[in-house]
Amino acid sequence: MLIAVAVISVLALAFGLLLGFSAIRFRVEGDPIADNIDALLPQTQCGQCGYPGCRPYAEAIAAEEAEINLCPPGGEATMVALADLLGRDPVALDAEAGEEKPKALAFIREAECIGCTLCIQACPVDCIIGAAKQMHTVIADQCTGCELCLPPCPVECIDMVPVKQSIGNWKWPLPPADEQPAAVSAAEG
Amino acid sequence: MQFTTITSPHTSRPNSVTATMLWVIIALLPGTVAMTWYFGWGIVLHMLLASIAAVAAEALVMKLRGRPVMPAIGDLSAVVTALLLAIALPPLLPWWLTVLGVVFAIVVAKHLFGGIGYNPFNPAMIGYVLLLVSYPVEMTAWLPPIMLNQNPLDFMQTLSVVFGGGLPPGLDWDALSMATPLDEMRNQLNQNRMISEIRQSPLWGDFGGLGWEWVGNWYLLGGLILLYKRVISWHIPVSMLGAVLIMAMLFHFLDQESHPFGLFHIFSGGTLLGAFFIATDPVSAATTKKGQLIYGACIGFITYVIRRWGGYPDAVAFAVLLMNMAAPMIDYYTQPRVFGQRSAADD
Amino acid sequence: MYYPSQIKPARRLYKFPGGLHLPDNKVQSTGQPTAKAELPKRLVLPIRQHIGAPAQPLVKAGDRVLKGQLIANPKGKISAAVHAPSSGKVSEITEYPVAHPSGLPALCIIIETDGRDEWCELPPAIQDFAQCERQLLLERICEAGIVGMGGASFPSNVKLEPGQNRRIDTLVINAAECEPFITCDDMLMRERPQDILAGIAIMRYLVGAEVCLIGIEDNKPEAIAALSTAITEQGIENVEVVTIPTRYPSGGERQLIRVLTGKEVPSGEIPACIGIVCHNVGTAVAVADAVLDGRPLISRYITVTGEGVANPRNLEALVGTSCSELIEQAGGYTGKAQRLIMGGPMMGFTLHSDTVPIVKASNCLLAASALEAPDPGPAMACIRCGQCAEVCPVSLLPQQMYWYARAKDLEKTQEYNLFDCIECGCCSHVCPSHIPLVQYFRFAKNESWDQERERRSAEQARQRHEAKLARMARLEAEKIARAQKKKAALARKHTAAKQSAKGVDPKKAAIEAAIKRAAEKKAKLAQEGVQPQNTDNLTEAQQRQVRQANARRKSLAGADAAGDTDQGS
Repeated sequence: MLIAVAVISVLALAFGLLLGFSAIRFRVEGDPIADNIDALLPQTQCGQCGYPGCRPYAEAIAAEEAEINLCPPGGEATMVALADLLGRDPVALDAEAGEEKPKALAFIREAECIGCTLCIQACPVDCIIGAAKQMHTVIADQCTGCELCLPPCPVECIDMVPVKQSIGNWKWPLPPADEQPAAVSAAEG
Repeated sequence: MQFTTITSPHTSRPNSVTATMLWVIIALLPGTVAMTWYFGWGIVLHMLLASIAAVAAEALVMKLRGRPVMPAIGDLSAVVTALLLAIALPPLLPWWLTVLGVVFAIVVAKHLFGGIGYNPFNPAMIGYVLLLVSYPVEMTAWLPPIMLNQNPLDFMQTLSVVFGGGLPPGLDWDALSMATPLDEMRNQLNQNRMISEIRQSPLWGDFGGLGWEWVGNWYLLGGLILLYKRVISWHIPVSMLGAVLIMAMLFHFLDQESHPFGLFHIFSGGTLLGAFFIATDPVSAATTKKGQLIYGACIGFITYVIRRWGGYPDAVAFAVLLMNMAAPMIDYYTQPRVFGQRSAADD
Repeated sequence: MYYPSQIKPARRLYKFPGGLHLPDNKVQSTGQPTAKAELPKRLVLPIRQHIGAPAQPLVKAGDRVLKGQLIANPKGKISAAVHAPSSGKVSEITEYPVAHPSGLPALCIIIETDGRDEWCELPPAIQDFAQCERQLLLERICEAGIVGMGGASFPSNVKLEPGQNRRIDTLVINAAECEPFITCDDMLMRERPQDILAGIAIMRYLVGAEVCLIGIEDNKPEAIAALSTAITEQGIENVEVVTIPTRYPSGGERQLIRVLTGKEVPSGEIPACIGIVCHNVGTAVAVADAVLDGRPLISRYITVTGEGVANPRNLEALVGTSCSELIEQAGGYTGKAQRLIMGGPMMGFTLHSDTVPIVKASNCLLAASALEAPDPGPAMACIRCGQCAEVCPVSLLPQQMYWYARAKDLEKTQEYNLFDCIECGCCSHVCPSHIPLVQYFRFAKNESWDQERERRSAEQARQRHEAKLARMARLEAEKIARAQKKKAALARKHTAAKQSAKGVDPKKAAIEAAIKRAAEKKAKLAQEGVQPQNTDNLTEAQQRQVRQANARRKSLAGADAAGDTDQGS
């Protein structure tokens, strides 16, 4: 009886030491899950999820404070990828957060711009060039379409222009489900 | 000018599901004729009954699912399921059992999983196994072949037995029915008789039971038609029959008196029907060539094992269903080497 | 038939997996010799007729151009030039519908021809190319705007320069033309075998290949005879016409290389890495024209066929001719045409209208009737028959790729080697359920590329966002630092003010301190023998300023008797 107690105690001690050692030796700095989640988000930094940027949202999901369906720019694909990564069930996109819209880029009507720099300060990726009393313009390549520059503009001279479809960005559409004819057209894709 | 815009290829397609199913039905005809010749009108009645029930069930289910009905029943897959099930049933089975089996096969085994192409199990075999396990008495009441039958029933009598349930006056089930050769062989072996003794009985032909072996021949003919028309490929039938033959010959060689010889197993029961018509059902079988060989061989092996050591006289249905479960895994591990890529063995 | 050149024993041929036997449908368009197409009134030249960056237009609306004149420059390494196919005036440079499955327009240079077909001054002919520098020849090919004429339209000068560390031993000429209906390469071989051989000679010299194999399917006996005779007549060594069995798609580059040499090009690599370079037979002719005659690529053989045209035939057409013009010259529509296909029936795409122009890679215009290209009907469910895998020339599993592409699971499609698919269409052709498999794979490929692009731009956006956050943090930190400095300065002022309350005027104290410092410095300099240099040779204005300053000081000193001002100059 005593031997049993002794053996169990020794085992407990041994495993406890092993676990403690592992906790210290294999400690990972930072939260890798939040990094993985952040890598899946579209980095639009628009704030539609309710968090001030993609990284805070990623950390909220990692801390299980936020649902995975709050990102409209990421859309269904991102939500499914997050569900996959975290082993959660896919959830329908939250209508409150916003709807999945086709990609649009900000465009400043230069004739009306007054050079106030309010949009420059608002842009989360610093893709508006300009300075006080100087012309402002959006670097189209870097614009994520987050629309954060629209509210601050006092003369409302920024338009969201949908990306035009051309041969360069046309994609083959997914064929329709069973029992419907498969057709190719410029209207799709 | 307005032109159709559609994706390539722009060719007339040589294959269609309907054509495939039609050829299967045509290939079943020789076997059906043989069965009718030897065992009476019951088979034909059941085939008709099952086909009608299957089409009706499929139409109802498609309507319930909100899908177009005509393309679904137009591809004749329900009819093929019905025919394969009916051909496996005893000729004098009550009509409601046939309907039950077919409706279960179509509705549960096929449509509850998503319809054609989505079912993991062979629907006809699911229906057969349901009936066999739930109604063993009715499902084992087979008829003797015509040459041994003292009381052959004509068409009207068959009709009344199947639909009415009542036997003709003066006959009872014992007088009417006879076990299948496999059943007979099994019972005799369990009574520790020896093969040479058992084979003295008049109900044996050259290979299997009288009459039964000829039916087997006609199924073989149907299978060869399918091979010729390239509806099925040789991999599954050859591997399945090969496995059964090898196992049977092996055990026959080990103990001649306790194990019937190889060809007996091939020509008895549902082996030939199963090899060419049932195991080759594309939806539930393995799809890669190497995978099909493994799949067929395992079916053959399991068939022999169940026949020899298991509780049921015929085992093709169970073997097929068991291997249906394994088919996706077999496919995963037997992928062909991609052109331009080196296989693991080359490295 | 016995061909005089084949005295050697037949070469061993290999097989590629899968493939189909398709009805040829070639005899319809080989009945007549190729005719030169009539000069059209208008030529529409897309600036991108090749793989790579679009060319940059050099001309503008209103310019007069001559035949063969360079009108768009290649941009970057992977790009090709565009030349005017005939003389005339550039009417506009605008978006115009081009031959593309989407039916969308692209930027084109539109030339109204003047009917004179006047050539511009061509670069000098290089007859003796074997003595010429390879780089010069490659430049000539690049300037001529030559791209792969088999359909891929990759810039040929890039393909003919395999790289420093790649030794090429075999040049394969792709004359298989495996797709049904297409016969332009067949006619080219029958009619211009010498030009083909000249082009081959130039290409062999450029890549340094010892051997050249010309792979031709056995359904083209006249072409085989023509080339074999030409080779024997010219006594060319190491160029062999190899007859291969007719099987679709033996004209695929990798499949042809396998049939001819038994080697498999490793997945993801180019044939050059196993010592082989493969070019279309039409490209060889274009190379010969460019080097030996100085002519750029402005025309090509094109097959116009199908039950939808009255007189199916081959035409030698100028690049930029509209399809409707070519159909007119092939007898016009018969009324049976249901689909207008650019390319062959297996891999071609449908055109929305016949006003689109042909480009350098257009090898066939197929006006298919309902019999030749029937409507496949709606797709049914996949019955897992496995026929698609049986016919796939790359031994892929189209069925699995289909399931995953349909589920939009792109990672899994790539696991099943989606990007090895050559989109030949064999799988779709045999599918009993008539599922448009190739469209699923094209969709999956496009989505994968798109996802990759999005991932990269998201990564960039993330970096920019982090940079912005860092910048804001830095500005914050600077602001705080400045505020602290100000606070310190304020504190100093406070103590100074406290000091002045005790009777010391801080300003006066500062002035005194400054004057003291100046006097010390002057004394030090005087010790070293350096005199102040601003006291002699003063101008009138400066002397007046000095007198005024002294007067001010005197008055101040008088006002402040307690002050300890120094009267020094």
